[in-house]
Amino acid sequence: MATNAATKPRQDLSGAPSLITLKGVNKWFGQFHVLSDINLEVKLGEKIVVCGPSGSGKSTLIRCINRLEEHQQGDIIVDGVTLSNDVKNIEAIRREVGMVFQSFNLFPHLTILDNLTLAPIWVKKMPKKDAEEVAMNLLTRVRIPEQAAKYPGQLSGGQQQRVAIARALCMRPKIMLFDEPTSALDPEMVKEVLDVMVELAREGMTMICVTHEMGFARAVADRVIFMDRGEIVEQNEPEEFFAHPKNERTKLFLGQILHH
Amino acid sequence: MTDAMPVGERRQLAPPVVDTGVLGWARKNLFSSWGNGLTTVVLALVFGWLLSRFLNWALFTATFTAASGAECRGHGACWALIHEKYRYIFFGSFPYEQHWRPLFAVIAMLAMLVLSSDRRMWNKRLLLIWGIGSFVTFLLMFGQIHIPLGLILFVALAAGGLGMIMRGVLATPAELNGWRALAAIGAIGLALRLTGVLPAWSFVMAPLSYVETGLWGGIPVTLILATYGLVFAFPFGILLALGRRSNLPLIKGLCVGFIELIRGVPLISLLIMASVMLPLFLPSGMTIDKFLRAQVAVILFAGAYIAEIIRGGLQSLPKGQFEAADAMGLNYFQKTTLIILPQALRVVIPPLINTFIGFFKDTSLVLIIGIFDFLNTANQALVDPNWAGFPGEVYLFAAFIYFCFCYSMSRYSKHLEIELNKGTRR
Repeated sequence: MATNAATKPRQDLSGAPSLITLKGVNKWFGQFHVLSDINLEVKLGEKIVVCGPSGSGKSTLIRCINRLEEHQQGDIIVDGVTLSNDVKNIEAIRREVGMVFQSFNLFPHLTILDNLTLAPIWVKKMPKKDAEEVAMNLLTRVRIPEQAAKYPGQLSGGQQQRVAIARALCMRPKIMLFDEPTSALDPEMVKEVLDVMVELAREGMTMICVTHEMGFARAVADRVIFMDRGEIVEQNEPEEFFAHPKNERTKLFLGQILHH
Repeated sequence: MTDAMPVGERRQLAPPVVDTGVLGWARKNLFSSWGNGLTTVVLALVFGWLLSRFLNWALFTATFTAASGAECRGHGACWALIHEKYRYIFFGSFPYEQHWRPLFAVIAMLAMLVLSSDRRMWNKRLLLIWGIGSFVTFLLMFGQIHIPLGLILFVALAAGGLGMIMRGVLATPAELNGWRALAAIGAIGLALRLTGVLPAWSFVMAPLSYVETGLWGGIPVTLILATYGLVFAFPFGILLALGRRSNLPLIKGLCVGFIELIRGVPLISLLIMASVMLPLFLPSGMTIDKFLRAQVAVILFAGAYIAEIIRGGLQSLPKGQFEAADAMGLNYFQKTTLIILPQALRVVIPPLINTFIGFFKDTSLVLIIGIFDFLNTANQALVDPNWAGFPGEVYLFAAFIYFCFCYSMSRYSKHLEIELNKGTRR
């Protein structure tokens, strides 16, 4: 596995306030019931890893949290704001929620620095100089400050994904959503991205991460959620989850991904 | 010699001589086989013969000065005709002794176009360039400019309103108050003017004699129709393309309807409608300048075509770009202007310039409704009985001028593609 799987002292989250609450969320794509009755509570500072077979609804689940997908039933409450069709409401939530995509989705016509400063300048009305300072600090944190003047197409996949993480962090989000951040990467680049994510987790960021990197789950997750056919089948602390999966579907899935 | 060198230490060798240089190229491309060699020789002979015939006609036996067409007969090309008529071909019926005015107007427009083709000017300076350039152009062409008070107030209202919207979130309170004040002055003034409290007054600037649009002709007409046609059609086309992708059924329906309607009819029929039918629907006494009507027809027509091209660019963008912009909390306007359009327009530069070139030439269709564009004045130069019988020379000359403009656009398109893709290409 790419990251060290040393167990860490489990943090006590029982007293922490909840940052995201999903209550009875249902969603259909046409006739296909992609999310069925999802209930989930994410506490401040909690790191959740979501796994499951493809088509199980895990990406859809996190994309509902910042309204890239619209859910049809139930409530999603992010940092005290209930998601609705009100555009102001959606934009307010998106300011608090950073997202990293599988295919990076950097803006190819802007330099790395401009990619990072765009949202702070236009959404947060931050003065350009301040935004650039924040951006350079973050680029240093993801260890590519020397690439600031380049364009995304000139960077490797791993570098692009680190830029994408820095870009999301530029807005100082309270929550970070990761949608299979390492799935599109060449194997030798997975580690550099996971290292950045581990670092972020250690700093206390609230994270929901759809990934199949089980080493990452062991290293940082407070909770691993297994989804199948639109349902949350099982959730537990990583040690328990991997050592003693309870549900048959979980066992089957873990057998498939951990076996090779 | 090289065999003895170990792997990794071999020097870079020059390629075999036969493959490089002019000879190498010719051997590879022209004489690679007996058949190819024969074809090359035959084609070279045919082209050489045609070229010598053409040069003989166009240069060696041509007449460059003559008192009338009769002196040209029996010789090669009659360039004397161009020499005699070029003032009319370039400037049409514009008063002869005032021809310096359209000349400088054309120079002003070309300067404006050349300046705005430089990417470093693509900011607020562009507005300044076009403001000054257009003002100079039309002042020279009309000679006098009357701006009614109502129009001034309307522009103040529109500018103030636009400023409030565009700068709404970025401006300092003082700047925002300035825009508000401008809009308020415009609105109140316009209301007073419409109710008759303010008198009908015009801002007049009359340094030269007035020349109506009916007398305009030649290059300035073609340039004005094409330039302003495309300059207004471009943003109009962008709005139509965005509207066509809108989620709001009414806006989408209107845009689709407009595009399909305009694309479904020939430009000529639109021009004839603008020229013949529109006046029938206007209240008596109210007239709209024929030139302006043709200009508006060109704008509407080009707008529909440009919209479809831009829609293609919008559709070529991966969904992830929209999602990334959304996820960052950008609003629709920011997402469109900062992320989507810059990328979409880049993709469609080749078809866009293709359409621009097409429309530059299509403006010649205005001859149908009696506007004297460049091709029409060239045509009219043939009517003179003294110089009858040399259409080839005139059309060749017109073709050459059109080619200069169109080829420049084509080269510029190439340059722009490279310039905009600098860095983004791996």
